[in-house]
Amino acid sequence: MKLEDFELGGTNLKSSDFKQGTVLTTEWEPDLKYAWDNGVAIGRYLAELKEGRIIARACHSCKRIMLPPRMFCELCFRPTDEWFYVQDTGTVNTFSIARVNWDASRRGPDEPALLPAVIEIDGASKGMGILHMLGEVEPEEIRIGMKVRAVWKKPGERTGAITDILYFKPIAPARHTPPAKASAGAKKKVKTKARSKAGAARGKR
Amino acid sequence: MGMRKVAIVGAGITKFVRRAQETGKELSWQASKMALDSCELTLDDVDMVTLGTAPDAFDGVHMKGEYLADGAGAIGKPYMRHYVGGGTGVFSPIHGWFHVASGMADICLVVAEEKMSSCHPHPQGAFLTIFDHTTEQPLKPTLIWIFALEMNRYMSTYGISKADIARVSVKNKRNALDHPSAQIAENITVQDVLDSETLCWPVNRLDISPASDGAAAIVLASERVARRLTDKPVWIDGVGFSLDTAYWGTRDLCYPRYVETAARMAYDMAGIKEPSKEIHIAEPYDPFDYKELHHLEGLMLCPRGEAARLTAEGYTARDGNLPVCPSGGALGVGNPIAATGLMKIIEIFLQLRGEAGKRQVPGTPRCGLAQAWGDLMQVGTVVVMRI
Ligand SMILES: [Zn+2]
Repeated sequence: MKLEDFELGGTNLKSSDFKQGTVLTTEWEPDLKYAWDNGVAIGRYLAELKEGRIIARACHSCKRIMLPPRMFCELCFRPTDEWFYVQDTGTVNTFSIARVNWDASRRGPDEPALLPAVIEIDGASKGMGILHMLGEVEPEEIRIGMKVRAVWKKPGERTGAITDILYFKPIAPARHTPPAKASAGAKKKVKTKARSKAGAARGKR
Repeated sequence: MGMRKVAIVGAGITKFVRRAQETGKELSWQASKMALDSCELTLDDVDMVTLGTAPDAFDGVHMKGEYLADGAGAIGKPYMRHYVGGGTGVFSPIHGWFHVASGMADICLVVAEEKMSSCHPHPQGAFLTIFDHTTEQPLKPTLIWIFALEMNRYMSTYGISKADIARVSVKNKRNALDHPSAQIAENITVQDVLDSETLCWPVNRLDISPASDGAAAIVLASERVARRLTDKPVWIDGVGFSLDTAYWGTRDLCYPRYVETAARMAYDMAGIKEPSKEIHIAEPYDPFDYKELHHLEGLMLCPRGEAARLTAEGYTARDGNLPVCPSGGALGVGNPIAATGLMKIIEIFLQLRGEAGKRQVPGTPRCGLAQAWGDLMQVGTVVVMRI
């Protein structure tokens, strides 16, 4: 058989077919709402985010510190053993400079690019990356391997969501950063020192 | 293993188009009827039917398998739908293979359909719900992000440039000029790809396959029946499929290990020891140009990090040592998700039979492979075929 010997189905329509009413369509705009239960592991993860901390779960069998936390280890197929605070710093595993929104619409000319990244969080097992955003950085200065730190919402504004972390920003100020930004970075450093208590509580419930 | 040999004996496909006038049912019917006609069978000859189609959210039709059953010729027959995201189309023949290899069916019709155009403003929006609802969706991700993240990691790990990767898009869109189903076949240059709109750096518009409507179908037969129906049965000699974790941020983004796992399963079954020597022609899944390279490495058809260099040297051209996506692939023929995978199976079927027309690769390929990939970048599906 050859495809060329058949008359193939599939009739391509153009946008003008709809505009001019050459073809008729039926529309439906669903109004569905879901409320997802967060579960045991992610419930605690979110509660800790509200407190400005990142928590993981440890599996004593494979020795992984898992982020996001989970109540069972999918590799060992046994319960995980322990809560484990990790740092709010990490390393950029990879990143993108996105001009596209979730629905494929484009960012406007005045809208900054979105900077999604996979960030390997310090204290979690190597390679345990999470999806989050980068900020306070010029897109062209982002590098794989860059050290970053979480920038949190103010305590009163946190809701117990992944977005309680606004974004991650470079720890060492980039060389060409204007002075105003550099001082904001310095201020943040003091703040994070206070938060390192959470780090001291590592491994404790 | 006590399993019977299974052959592909017929194939059907529609044109791949951005927005088809036909419904999903009608597209499925067109592909299914053509597949039966191609091997001179009627629906009465068909023992069982399997159907592959990707998310219900594209069509806005819940229980799409049931909705499409009429068009797939499934009424009153043992029928099952399968769905593994973008990997669906190459899982379709695997699903049918089980039915025939087990002895449960002598003839199985395998159908794959996708109608993405019903979802507005763009089917990309439907992909939001594949991300974790609590830890990822609030960040408003799109699938293009994770491809961009993976492509960047791949480029950075091996020092590959965007131009190196763009060659895949140029090759496949050009190959598609010879495919009668093609939606976006074009003669373009690497510079055209680099100059096209930057969507999510490093991904430009011409690095990506389009959203499409379309359907494809094949007929599988047991050895005894296949030999009666055709003097050129194409045997399914190896099947493999594997799933990795949905914690995709945890995976090694520069190497698709799940594709390797699936490939090893299929190679073991087909008795393939040195895939790069024994596979003569390949149709890996290429929804993005870098994915073809990624998959060639996962399939162990190219050494890690070298698929781009081999592409530049013409190794994967239609007249190269290993023709890759001679059909034109998802990048050129179009990407109605499930139907794309089956289109790739059909291309290998035709190439091995020497019936690919202007797309026919030189020499006489005896062994070919199709592969697809999907879900949250976590599934690999592989089929090895021989004539
Ligand atoms: Zn474990």
